[in-house]
Amino acid sequence: MDKENLKFVIVGHIDHGKSTLIGRLLYDTDSLPKGKIEEIEQICKSLGKDIEFGYVMDHLEEERDQGITIDTAQIFFNTTKRNYVIIDAPGHVEFIKNMISGASQAEAAVLIVDVDEGVKEQTKRHAYILGMLGLDQVIVVINKMDMVGYERGKFETVKKELLDFLSGINIKPSYIVPISAKEGDLIAGKNENMDWYQGPDFLQALDSFRVKESAKDKPLRFVVQDVYNFDKRIIAGRVESGIIRKGDKIKILPSGEETTVKSVEEFLKNVTEAEAGKSTGIITEDKLFIDRGDVIVHDRDVPVLTNHIRANIFWMDNTPYNKGDTLWFRCATQDVACEIEKISRVINSSTLDLIAEDADEIKNREVADIIIKTDKPVVVENFNTIEELGRFVLRTDDTLAGGIITELVQ
Amino acid sequence: MKHLDQLESQSIYIIREAYKQFKNIAILWSIGKDSTTLMWLTRKAFYGKVPFPALHIDTSYKFQEIYDFRSEWADKWDMELIIGKNGQSLNEGMGPDASDKLACCGQLKTEALKQTIDKYGFKALLLGIRRDEHGIRAKERVFSPRDKQFKWDYKDQPPELWDQFKNQQQGEQHIRVHPLLHWTEQDIWKYIQRENIPVVDLYFANNGKRYRSIGCETCCEPVDSDADTVDKIVEELMTTKISERSGRAQDKESAYVMQKLRALGYM
Ligand SMILES: Nc1nc2c(ncn2[C@@H]2O[C@H](COP(=O)(O)OP(=O)(O)O)[C@@H](O)[C@H]2O)c(=O)[nH]1
Repeated sequence: MDKENLKFVIVGHIDHGKSTLIGRLLYDTDSLPKGKIEEIEQICKSLGKDIEFGYVMDHLEEERDQGITIDTAQIFFNTTKRNYVIIDAPGHVEFIKNMISGASQAEAAVLIVDVDEGVKEQTKRHAYILGMLGLDQVIVVINKMDMVGYERGKFETVKKELLDFLSGINIKPSYIVPISAKEGDLIAGKNENMDWYQGPDFLQALDSFRVKESAKDKPLRFVVQDVYNFDKRIIAGRVESGIIRKGDKIKILPSGEETTVKSVEEFLKNVTEAEAGKSTGIITEDKLFIDRGDVIVHDRDVPVLTNHIRANIFWMDNTPYNKGDTLWFRCATQDVACEIEKISRVINSSTLDLIAEDADEIKNREVADIIIKTDKPVVVENFNTIEELGRFVLRTDDTLAGGIITELVQ
Repeated sequence: MKHLDQLESQSIYIIREAYKQFKNIAILWSIGKDSTTLMWLTRKAFYGKVPFPALHIDTSYKFQEIYDFRSEWADKWDMELIIGKNGQSLNEGMGPDASDKLACCGQLKTEALKQTIDKYGFKALLLGIRRDEHGIRAKERVFSPRDKQFKWDYKDQPPELWDQFKNQQQGEQHIRVHPLLHWTEQDIWKYIQRENIPVVDLYFANNGKRYRSIGCETCCEPVDSDADTVDKIVEELMTTKISERSGRAQDKESAYVMQKLRALGYM
């Protein structure tokens, strides 16, 4: 039988031990390619250092020099239960957009905190982003327990500090595990130094994550990507949620025109349906004008069309947003001009302090609660209802901000 | 959906996005298993009527099996095929023995690719690279810009989230599009197995050796293996700890060379 696959992101303040933890995981699960450990030993020796598991991660020369992980990297490893993909998100503040790019692909998250340093700026910012991205499966590891003599009191202090903070942003970690990434304590089976801890070790905690559920039981949202006129006119797109079937009565939005699915088209294969996640194509009974950005739904389950959206966004560009600037709003394949009509609240993403209410600008790394006005009506959803149509980016040529829809304003 | 179906759908989505956005694109077909899988997916994305050409950068030092496979399948799949060569450099005698390997790759791959892109004005290229291939590739985005010198500025890449990919901008010569980025080597072989995708015979064991990665005959070494069918290769990959590109001369010359080649834009 095929094993499950799960993607998770590891985040935390710089130097709290992400790279070391990943190196350790690969080592303990016997996932390192032959020769890798020798290669790392050699590098460390030439630098006059002890072996550092962190170097497994740091492939780029410049990274080694600066000692920081600069970009989102992905690593693969297996347990008997699953195939895992680790997304290593950089801790350095400069690389926040990489952290967000990484976290946006994950189904679950691990937050790492140095027991000696406790909660720091990036710990807060990253945790906040996890919450914002709707990542509700979180494990916390409190690292470097070896540096504090594996003392329970130290662990409890940091744990409390962290829980206080996390509860304020609605994150409930499923486990908080004391570990030493360097020595391998409570990572994969070994626990010689912390018999006061009764919970699962890190790998066991990971195996408790749930794989993301399919959106196939939700209402149909088939998003049109392109229309191909080869020998048949095929409407190509992805089923973001629900299931589309031959014979279904459908409605095209925003035009509101109705027709029936004549066939579901796959290359060299006869199929009659396509479910959430599937890139497919359909032929409609009537020849309607359908274009990229249209959303096809069942006539029995029609969403609202709106041009007013309330959302939380994270601004990721050096150039601030100034009220009145025009941006592009992109949600799935919908792409329309928009303006931020109201900037209700702007928040500092590391201290979580309120910067301003009813503001005029949003600067790099600030989080804002806003109301967007789009030029044309769009089909969107509350993030908690249908995630795939509840998240969007704001952009010019590149993405400037990512956002989550919290309310459809009528 | 099953894992392979998810991977397939994600790739098809990316391929269709690239075509929609850039129109004048090509698929870089090295004839290896990854880019052949990419061809397969591209055919699926466009129902067998791929509206752009396949581009093979030919160093003229490839295995004969690669040339045979290329003509057979370009024909069977009805693909428009463009062959890119750095004719001048070849005439001047460039080759793996004539110079160091980096210079040879630079002339016969990078330079040949540059010339071909210039000639046809491609806005984007589809490439079959994967994140698990090498540490540096782990840092790639799905849509990754290159400037005129083919430089990849991996330090200042735009954010990429929720399948919202970047547009082309001033100063960006072309965009590299990576529809297989999220696949692993094992995924590729399992998919080849499931879909019955043809691959070059060099991948199958012959007298106890097979190639895990193919390129120029002069710079590839086979690995020890008895896997002479796709099923056996899938089996072998579940247990092996030898990394995929270990047979490639290029990688042995240290991570630094690889990084340099990457920044130069050689796949
Ligand atoms: N004593 C001790 N040091 C650790 C542990 N984990 C990481 N370190 C050290 O902390 C430093 C930063 O670790 P690194 O993994 O590079 O942090 P990153 O920036 O989060 O990736 C390195 O010098 C590590 O050797 C641990 O469990 N115990």
